[in-house]
Amino acid sequence: MAERSDQPAGGGDLALAFHDVGMTFADGTEAVRDVTVDVRRGEFVTIVGPSGCGKSTLLRIAAGLQTHSAGEVVVDRSRIGYVFQDPTLLPWRTVRQNVELLPQLHGMDKATRRRLADEAIATVGLAGFEQHYPKTLSGGMRMRCSLARSLTLRPPLFLFDEPFGAVDEITRERLNDETQQLFQAERFAGLFITHSISEAVYMSTRVLVMSARPGTITRGFTVPFGYPRQPELRFEASFADLCHEISVELREASAGAGR
Amino acid sequence: MSELRPRRYGPRPQTLPGRSRRLAAVVVPPLILGAILTGVWYYASYVWLRGRRRVLLAPPHKVITDGFGDSTHLGEILAAAGRSGDVALRGLIIAILIGLTLATLMSQWRSVERAVWPYMISLQAIPILAMVPVIALLFDTGKTSRIIVCVIFSLFPMVVNALFGLKSADQGHHDLFTLNNASRWTRLTKLLIPGAMPAVFAGLRISASLALIGGIVADFFFGRGQVGLGQMIVRFKSETNSPLTLTAIAVACIFGVIVFLVFSWIERRVVGRWYVSAGRNGP
Ligand SMILES: Nc1ncnc2c1ncn2[C@@H]1O[C@H](COP(=O)(O)OP(=O)(O)OP(=O)(O)O)[C@@H](O)[C@H]1O
Ligand SMILES: [Mg+2]
Repeated sequence: MAERSDQPAGGGDLALAFHDVGMTFADGTEAVRDVTVDVRRGEFVTIVGPSGCGKSTLLRIAAGLQTHSAGEVVVDRSRIGYVFQDPTLLPWRTVRQNVELLPQLHGMDKATRRRLADEAIATVGLAGFEQHYPKTLSGGMRMRCSLARSLTLRPPLFLFDEPFGAVDEITRERLNDETQQLFQAERFAGLFITHSISEAVYMSTRVLVMSARPGTITRGFTVPFGYPRQPELRFEASFADLCHEISVELREASAGAGR
Repeated sequence: MSELRPRRYGPRPQTLPGRSRRLAAVVVPPLILGAILTGVWYYASYVWLRGRRRVLLAPPHKVITDGFGDSTHLGEILAAAGRSGDVALRGLIIAILIGLTLATLMSQWRSVERAVWPYMISLQAIPILAMVPVIALLFDTGKTSRIIVCVIFSLFPMVVNALFGLKSADQGHHDLFTLNNASRWTRLTKLLIPGAMPAVFAGLRISASLALIGGIVADFFFGRGQVGLGQMIVRFKSETNSPLTLTAIAVACIFGVIVFLVFSWIERRVVGRWYVSAGRNGP
C-alpha cells in the first residue's frame, strides 16, 4: 500500500519513525492510514497534502498529543520543538516572557532563560519588541515570536504545522531562510507541513505527498539541492521542474482517494 | 449596469479630541439619562401621587434639602453606611477566598465540580427571607450573621465567573503545556489562573455590589444589632419620612457605584495591559 519513502544517503540517527500508523477517531473518522515515514537527524522532511488529509493529526501523534489507533511510532518525546498552526502565545506575557516560557517550564534558571530567549528573539528578528504584548503585534510578528519560543530549547526534533500559512509572501520567504539557516546550524530532524510546494522544495531534503483522507503517503521526492540554498534557487529550471512533478502527484493524490 | 459614483473621503481630522471633549463624551450621556429619570420621579411625585399620598415619595429637591441637607441625620446615615460597608467588605473577602478555592478545586477535579454544583445553585435559589430566621437562630443577629448573608449573596457569581475563566484556556495552550511535561500545578499557576483573571474580575465587580446589598438586606430583616443602612431605611420608613428614606437609599446607591468603580479600576490596572475585551474596538 504505502510506498516507503527513499532513504537519504548520509542519514544520521533516527529521530522519528512511523510504521503503518493509522488513526481512527472516536467518532469513526479515519484520518490517516498506513503511514510510514522516518526522519533522521540532519533531514528536513516536508509533507504536502490536501486540507483535512490528516497532516496535523500526524504531528500530534508524533508529539504524543494524540494516541494513534494502529501501527507503531518510535520517537524521543523529551524535547520536541513544535510550531503550531496558530501562534498560541500567552496574551498576558510579553514577547520575552513568552519566549522564556519553555525554558521556564523545563526548570532553567533565570539568567539562562533570559539568554536563550534573547538569542531566539534576535534570530527571528524581533529584537526591540521584547516588552510588547501579543495584542500589539502583527500576525507575522506573532508567528515569529512563536517560532522563537520553540527555538529556545534547541530541540533535536522539530515539528512544524503549517507555521507560515498566515504570513505574507516576503515575510514567509524570510522565515523560510531563517528556518533553513537554523536547520543548517543545528542539524535537527525536521518534519514540516505546508500547502506551498515551493516552500517545501526550498527548505527540505525530502518532500512527501499525502493523499486525501484517509491520508497516506503516496510518493516521496528527494530534493537534490545542497545547503545553504539561496533565494535565487526558486527561479532555476531544476527547481521549477521538481515543483511541477510534485504538483502533478499532489493533484492525483487529492483526487484519488474515495470521494 | 449602474454607474460608479466615486466620493471623496478626507483623512481623520488632525486635531485630536481635547481632554474636555472626551470628558464630555463620558459625562453627558449619563447626565441626560439622569435628567430623564429625575423627570419621571417628579412626575411620579406630583402627578401620580396627588395630595396626601405625596408623602410616600418626596420629590428630588426635597430629598436634597430635607435629607442631604439635614446634617445630623445625614451623619447617622453615613455612620450606618460605614457599618454596612464594613460588614459587606468582610463578607466579600470571605466569599472571594471560598469562591476562588472552590472554583480552583472544581476546575481540577470533575468530581468536585459535580459534587458542588447542586449546592451552589440551591444556595442561589433559596430566598434570603427563608434563610434569615435560620441564620438568626444559629448565629444570633450580630455581625457574624450579617457577614454570612453577605457571603451567601456574593459567593455564586464569584464561583461561576472564576470557574468559567479557569476553563476557558485554549486547547492550543493546553497542548503547549502538555508537550513540555507541565505538572498540574504548573498548568494551574502559569496557564489557568492568569488566563482566568479577566473573568475573575468580572465576577468580583458583581460580587462586590451584591455583598453590599447583602449587608443592607440582612440588617433590614434582622432589625436588631448594630445599626446599618437597612435599619435606617426601616426606621425612616416607619416615620413616613420620605426624604430621609430616599437619602439612605441614595447613599447605598452611591456606595455601590463607588465600589463598582474601584473594582473596575483595579481590573484595568491588573489585566488592562494585555486583555483585549471583545467589542472594545467597536464604533
Ligand atoms: N478530535 C477529532 N475527532 C474527530 N475527527 C477529527 C479530530 N481531529 C481531526 N479530525 C478529522 O481528521 C481529519 C484530519 O484532520 P487534520 O487536522 O489532521 O487535517 P490537516 O491535514 O491538518 O488539515 P489542514 O491542512 O486543513 O490543517 C479531518 O477530517 C478532521 O475532521
Ligand atoms: Mg492542520
